[in-house]
Amino acid sequence: MGEGILVFIEQRNGQLRKASLEALSEAHRQSAAVGGQVVAVLIGENIKSQTPAIVKCNPSKVFVADGAAYGAYSTEAYAAALTEAIKKANPKYVFSANTAMAKDLIPRVAARLDAPCISDVVEFVVEGGNLLPKKPQYSGKAYGLYEFNNPIAFCTLRPNVFSLYQSSNNHDCPIEDLSANVDKVRAKVAETHASAGQKVELSEASVIVSGGRGIKGPENWPLLEGLCEVLGAALGASRAVVDAGWIDHQHQVGQTGKTVSPQLYIACGISGAIQHLAGMSSSKVIVAINKDPEAPIFKHATYGIVGDVFEVVPKLTEELRKAANN
Amino acid sequence: MKIAVCVKSVPDTETKIAIAADKSNIDQSGVKFITSPYDEFAIEEALRLKEKTNGETTAFSLGGNEVTDVLRDSLARGIDNAVHLKDDEFESLDPLSTAKALAAAIKDGGFDIVFCGQQGVGGDNNMVPSMLAELLDIPQVTLIVKLEVEGNKFKAEREIEGAHEIVEGSLPALFSAQKGLNEPRYPSIKGVMAARRKEIAVKDAAALGLKGQFEKANRKVRIKELALPPVRPQGRRLEGDVDTQVKQLVQLLRMEARVI
Ligand SMILES: Cc1cc2nc3c(=O)[nH]c(=O)nc-3n(C[C@H](O)[C@H](O)[C@H](O)COP(=O)(O)OP(=O)(O)OC[C@H]3O[C@@H](n4cnc5c(N)ncnc54)[C@H](O)[C@@H]3O)c2cc1C
Ligand SMILES: Nc1ncnc2c1ncn2[C@@H]1O[C@H](COP(=O)(O)O)[C@@H](O)[C@H]1O
Repeated sequence: MGEGILVFIEQRNGQLRKASLEALSEAHRQSAAVGGQVVAVLIGENIKSQTPAIVKCNPSKVFVADGAAYGAYSTEAYAAALTEAIKKANPKYVFSANTAMAKDLIPRVAARLDAPCISDVVEFVVEGGNLLPKKPQYSGKAYGLYEFNNPIAFCTLRPNVFSLYQSSNNHDCPIEDLSANVDKVRAKVAETHASAGQKVELSEASVIVSGGRGIKGPENWPLLEGLCEVLGAALGASRAVVDAGWIDHQHQVGQTGKTVSPQLYIACGISGAIQHLAGMSSSKVIVAINKDPEAPIFKHATYGIVGDVFEVVPKLTEELRKAANN
Repeated sequence: MKIAVCVKSVPDTETKIAIAADKSNIDQSGVKFITSPYDEFAIEEALRLKEKTNGETTAFSLGGNEVTDVLRDSLARGIDNAVHLKDDEFESLDPLSTAKALAAAIKDGGFDIVFCGQQGVGGDNNMVPSMLAELLDIPQVTLIVKLEVEGNKFKAEREIEGAHEIVEGSLPALFSAQKGLNEPRYPSIKGVMAARRKEIAVKDAAALGLKGQFEKANRKVRIKELALPPVRPQGRRLEGDVDTQVKQLVQLLRMEARVI
C-alpha cells in the first residue's frame, strides 16, 4: 500500500497551470486524512524557475524532470517521467488537474501501473483514511461516488472547483532532480499553434460571459467582449453560434464543447438547451439574460433578467465599470 | 490498411436520467441506446481511410444486448466487420477493465490504426483510449481534429486549451476523435439493409483469455452510489425597468453572491 499523494503539475512554455496548483492545494487539504506526504512533480525543459510557485502550496518535496526530452510534449516521454516519480514516491493517490494533457497522459500511466483512475473529480468524501472521489456523469445529470480497491489510484480534478491554498510563510522544500529512461517516443508534438482571441482560458476562467443565437450575428461579439473586459471574463458560446460559424469551436460550452465551472456564468441570448446546460450547470452563480420569459435557462439561473441583450448588456457593462471604479 | 474502431453504446443524450433502485446505475427501462456521438467521428475517419487505402475496418464494442444495434449502425455506415465483446462478467465494467478486454480482442489483429471517440458520453470518463494504447504498446494522439496518414507516418492535430498541437509519429497508433474531425455520414438505406444480414462475431471472457479476471470482488474500483445532482435553489427573476434590474444585479453579485 502506498502512502501520501503525488500531484502532477502541468506547465506549458514554462507557465504553470492554475488548475494543477488547485489539485496540489486539495492534496494538501486531504493529506491529514490520508496520511503520508504530498509530493509534486514537474516535467518540462528549463522549468526550474517555476518551483517557488509550487512550494507555496506546501508540498513536502518537488520532483523536477528537466530536460530536452520534455521540451515538446510527448505522451511517452512524460509517461516515463511520471512513472519514475511514482515509483520513487510510492503514493497512495496520484492527482492531476483534468486538462487536455491529463486526459492524454494520466490514463496511460494508470494503465501502465495497472491502477484505477477516476476523471473529472469535483469532491472527495473521506472514509477511514480513504478518499472516495465524486464525479459528474451523464453530462452532470448524475453524480457517481466511487471506491478504490487498489494500493494506488489516480484522480483528475476538475479545474476551478477546488480552491487554491497558498502558505504565507516560506518553508523548506527539497527540490529533487528526476531522470527517467525515455527510450521509446513514437509520437511527439512538432508544432503548437495558439488559437487567436481568448485571453483567459475557458475551462479555467472564474467568470464566463457566453453568447447564443440571441446576439443575432458575429458582428455583435464586441457587445459581449466589452462585458468580458470589465469582468476579466472569458468568452463562451452556444453550439448554435459555433455551427453558424460566428465563432471558433474552442469557445463552445456544453456537451460537445467545454465543461466549465466558473464562479459566475452569464448567459446572453442562450435558450438553455439540455446539451448547453451539460457544460455549465455546475457554475456557482448563473445569470441569464433572455427576452423570452419561458426560456429554459431561467429554471437554472440564480438571477434572471427578462430583456433584450442589446439593451441589458451595455447597461450592465456600464454599471459594472462604475462599480469597479468605486 | 487494417483499421479498428471502438464504439460504445450509450443512453441517448436526451434521456431523462433516473437512478436505479440499487443506486449503482441509471434506471435503464425505456432508455434508447445510441452510438456515442464522438464514436461517429471515429467511424467516419475509419471509413475515409479505408476508402483511400482500400483497407478493411472492424468495429469492436463491449457491452450487453444494447450493443447489437450500435454495431449494426457501424456496419450500416460501411464498417466491414463487427465484434461484440459480451459476457456477464463484463457488466458495468470500469474503463481500465474495458481497455483490457478491448486490447485482448484487438492485439493480434494486425491493425495499423485504432480509432476511438474522445469520450463515451454518459460515463464521461475520457480514459479508455489512452489506456488501450498503453496496453497495446502503441503511441496515441487523443482529442484529434485532423489526421493525415502517409505510408506509416502520421500527422495529427489535437485540440488543447487555447491552442492546437500538431503531433507527428509512426503507425501503428491509436487516435481519439474530437468534434470537428469530420462530418459523419448517415447510413444509407442500402447500408442498413446489408447490415441486417451481416454477422456480428461474439467473444466472451473465455475466448479473450480473461475468464474470472473481472469478477466483482477483483475490481479495482467500484461505484458506491450514483445520485442525482443537488437541486439548484430556486433562482430569482429581477423586476423593474432595465436600469433597476441591472443595478439590482450588480448589487446582488457583489453583496449576496460575492462573485465579483
Ligand atoms: C448531440 C448534441 C450535442 C449538442 N451539444 C451542444 C453543446 O455542446 N453546446 C450547446 O450550446 N449546444 C449543444 N447542442 C445544441 C443545443 O441542443 C441547442 O440547439 C443550442 O444550445 C441552442 O443554442 P442557442 O441557445 O444559442 O440558440 P436558441 O436555442 O435558438 O436560443 C436563442 C435564445 O436567444 C433568445 N433571444 C433572441 N433574441 C434575443 C435578444 N435580442 N435578447 C435576449 N435574448 C434573445 C431567444 O429567446 C432564445 O431563447 C447539442 C445538440 C445535440 C443534439
Ligand atoms: N464498452 C466499450 N466498447 C467499445 N469501446 C469503448 C467502450 N467504452 C469506451 N470505448 C471507447 O473509448 C472511448 C472513450 O470512452 P470513455 O473512456 O469511456 O470516455 C469511446 O468513445 C470508445 O471509442
